[in-house]
Amino acid sequence: MGEFGIGQSVRRTEDDRLLKGEGRYQDDINIDGQAHASFVRSPHAHAKIISIDTEAAAAMPGVIRIATSADVIAAGFGPLPCIIDHMLELKRQGDLPRVLPVRPILATDRVRHGGEPVAMVIAETFQQARDAAEAVHVEYEVLPSTTDTAASAKPDATQIYDDAPGNVCFDWEMGDAEKTKAALTDAAHVTTVDLINNRVICASMEPRGALGQYDKDSDRYTLHVGTQGVFSLRDLLAGAIMHIDPSRLQVISPDVGGAFGMKGFVYAEQPMVLWAAKELGRAVKWMSDRTEAFVTDTQGRDHVTSAKLALDKDGKILGVQVSTIANLGAYASQFGPGVPSLLYSRMIPGLYTTPAFHVAVSGVFTNTVPVDAYRGAGRPEAAYVIERLVDKAAREMEIAPDELRRRNYIQPSAMPYTTPSGLEYDSGDFAGNLNDALKRADRDGIESRKAKSKAAGRYRGLGIATYIEATGADPKETAKVEFEDDGTVALTIGTLAGGQGHLTTFAQILHDRLGVPFDKTHVHQGDSDALPQGGGTAGSRSLVIGGGAVQATADKIKDKATKIAAHMMEAAEADIEFSEGTFTIAGTDRTMNIMEIAAAAKDASNLPDGMEPGLDHTDEFMYLAPTFPNGAHICEVEIDPDTGTIDMQRYTVVDDFGKVINPLLVYGQVHGGIAQGVGQVITENCVYDPESGQLLTGSFMDYGMPRADDFPSFNVSTNEILCQTNAMGAKGAGEAGTLGALPAVINALVDALAPLGVTHIDMPATPESVWRAISAAKAA
Amino acid sequence: MQINFKINSETVEVEVEPRLSLADCLRDKLQLTGTHLGCEHGVCGACTVIVNGEAVRACLMLAVQVDGDSVVTVEGLSNEDALSPLQAAFRRNHALQCGFCTPGMITTAHALLSEEPDADADRVREVLSGNICRCTGYIPIVDAVLEARAAYADKKATS
Repeated sequence: MGEFGIGQSVRRTEDDRLLKGEGRYQDDINIDGQAHASFVRSPHAHAKIISIDTEAAAAMPGVIRIATSADVIAAGFGPLPCIIDHMLELKRQGDLPRVLPVRPILATDRVRHGGEPVAMVIAETFQQARDAAEAVHVEYEVLPSTTDTAASAKPDATQIYDDAPGNVCFDWEMGDAEKTKAALTDAAHVTTVDLINNRVICASMEPRGALGQYDKDSDRYTLHVGTQGVFSLRDLLAGAIMHIDPSRLQVISPDVGGAFGMKGFVYAEQPMVLWAAKELGRAVKWMSDRTEAFVTDTQGRDHVTSAKLALDKDGKILGVQVSTIANLGAYASQFGPGVPSLLYSRMIPGLYTTPAFHVAVSGVFTNTVPVDAYRGAGRPEAAYVIERLVDKAAREMEIAPDELRRRNYIQPSAMPYTTPSGLEYDSGDFAGNLNDALKRADRDGIESRKAKSKAAGRYRGLGIATYIEATGADPKETAKVEFEDDGTVALTIGTLAGGQGHLTTFAQILHDRLGVPFDKTHVHQGDSDALPQGGGTAGSRSLVIGGGAVQATADKIKDKATKIAAHMMEAAEADIEFSEGTFTIAGTDRTMNIMEIAAAAKDASNLPDGMEPGLDHTDEFMYLAPTFPNGAHICEVEIDPDTGTIDMQRYTVVDDFGKVINPLLVYGQVHGGIAQGVGQVITENCVYDPESGQLLTGSFMDYGMPRADDFPSFNVSTNEILCQTNAMGAKGAGEAGTLGALPAVINALVDALAPLGVTHIDMPATPESVWRAISAAKAA
Repeated sequence: MQINFKINSETVEVEVEPRLSLADCLRDKLQLTGTHLGCEHGVCGACTVIVNGEAVRACLMLAVQVDGDSVVTVEGLSNEDALSPLQAAFRRNHALQCGFCTPGMITTAHALLSEEPDADADRVREVLSGNICRCTGYIPIVDAVLEARAAYADKKATS
């Protein structure tokens, strides 16, 4: 299939536009006559609303309308949904049902996190709307707040909801508690870690926005919004909030400037701009600034965990016991409670044969911005726990960390392998990945490099992490292929990219399957009117499920084209051979290519009797099972003990993503994932003031985004073990980088400082915390 | 207030409020939407434009401050047909994903290489560390800028 086929690093078709500044992002979309919205937001973490006085604001220049919760109630809109009941049945201890509090679109009588929307001001210009929003006077009675994860779960913590004693949303358990307890009792060695998975800000470089339109004649709404999936957003907005038929709402996504999970959800501003568009009879636009993004975009991670690993005298794992408190924020977000329950706990056994495991998770409410899926969503949290346990156990038992892992890996010969958490791994060579990575990282030379560092007064360490994850989410995807009159091919796909390069990858897959020219194929996404149904970006699903839909559609087209070729060349259908877009009568030089057939198929006189003209086709694909990407990360660091600064010297990754469609784009995903993971480890941390509940890291001045000088070069390669549960043999690659990075970097830091007696450092390992760990170890 | 300035080789006359930022002026008054706003307080670098040859944050500069100046945006560094050598290097190295920070990366790198076509990797990293990218992990961006040096060295030699 030449330069555009599967396995080729095809340069992206997206790039030309974006490099020239011709991208069309949220804030670049404007509608003639639009009004502008600004939201009045709670300045308090927890407060009662006594009164809202809009009089002064309403009299300000340009102000058109001010909306409060009364307007939302009058419109009959439902609250922002948590759809976790569609996924799992969550309970609290004592067989009580989970608590899913009502999350109003605009606050009614109480606010539970700083940034919660209270009122919406609509004015002629954005500046006027903002000026007037500042003039809305809200009288609050400030209540005590609670933000810290572990403290909020304590009996004396401030109670946020009357019907959620102890601030508990759910208590989740997976595995066999008794068997795991017995394994710990019988173990020759037990390793314990207490760790924090720090809260992070998703921080897509493009903030969110929303632009609503309403057409009176057709009684239809249109929402322009950068999102991860136009169909699910349409269905939720229409079904759960606005109570209208989904056919009355069109959701269109412009270019998306990064999403990482956070743009996959329904937000308060979306129904509000639609409401306002209908009320005012004109388009209404809202655009978040960065400060609003910090206090309204869903945040990620935030676990406090205590875990134990039971091993026999040879370092064979007997069991793992995990207890986690997960901070959900002030409300149960769309998928929020699903992340630390199912998605997290089922990955705890990892790549290891684990005879017994038990995970207990309490999801607690706090006066913080709601937490939901962030790149990896539960799997990086699990990988961090198990890989810290295994690494610490190896150190304690004086077994090399790679060797202890090898002794416990599920072997390739054991595939398909059902884990005790019920997942069926189809393929993987975990020791193979690790061995390759160790070689590429020159692990053999680490002792001499450590000695050199030591001579220079520095500490050097090498950290290993291996991971496996389950990809998936919505199992269905739709693709439509249309042959245009100008000789181009339009491929419309139900999923939606925010930088992953779908326009290129899906064209490659279509080219591979059907032989249509790559440079004549235009991929379309992000319009809920363009397909009957579709999915979106979530859980590293798009390539496998979206690619499956492209293949399924291509196969149907190929079948029909074969019939047409046989008819037109007057041959038997069984004699037609297909290869790389060309249909040949076997044993002859008589051929037609797919584009010729597509052109001919528009004219019924070229077709067999009764055949519908045209080759266009829409089809669906439903995946059978999650895919299980896996791999090894090796990080090498050098620490300056005087300052605690970390110099990342090498970073090596070997991933098994099954069949790689476009290596360039896959490496891009891995690089980005590592950067987000390393960012969480060394610079990023979301901090709330324990007294006031205010977000202290509320800007890029205060929140440590990783920068260009934080990274060495990454040595990234793949080990292609074909996935057995999809035709492409591919495994999802979007999130994997974040899984390996957290434990690899912390394990490297601990390796470096182990000679001082350091056994654990919590994230974020800032220079200050590293320096403190060194000082404490020296003083001990 | 009325201001005159040169934007991408064209001179324009614009009526602006004194509080209007250069970024908002470019985006809203001149429809040059290639300049993106990522933080509006000068930290992320997405809005970087070139004023009189120097890379500046268009969100921190008022439009009235460029009266009489020469401003170049990503649109001014682009040709209708082919990509510039710097843009082509970005594409070859997969130095952009979502593309939102990209115009600021292009303008920052252009300003750097126009002055220092021999900048080494450390210098490139240092300068680019003023621009935040959430997608790429930066390494391909650094590689792209290093690769584009040749084109600027030629330019500097012939100018």
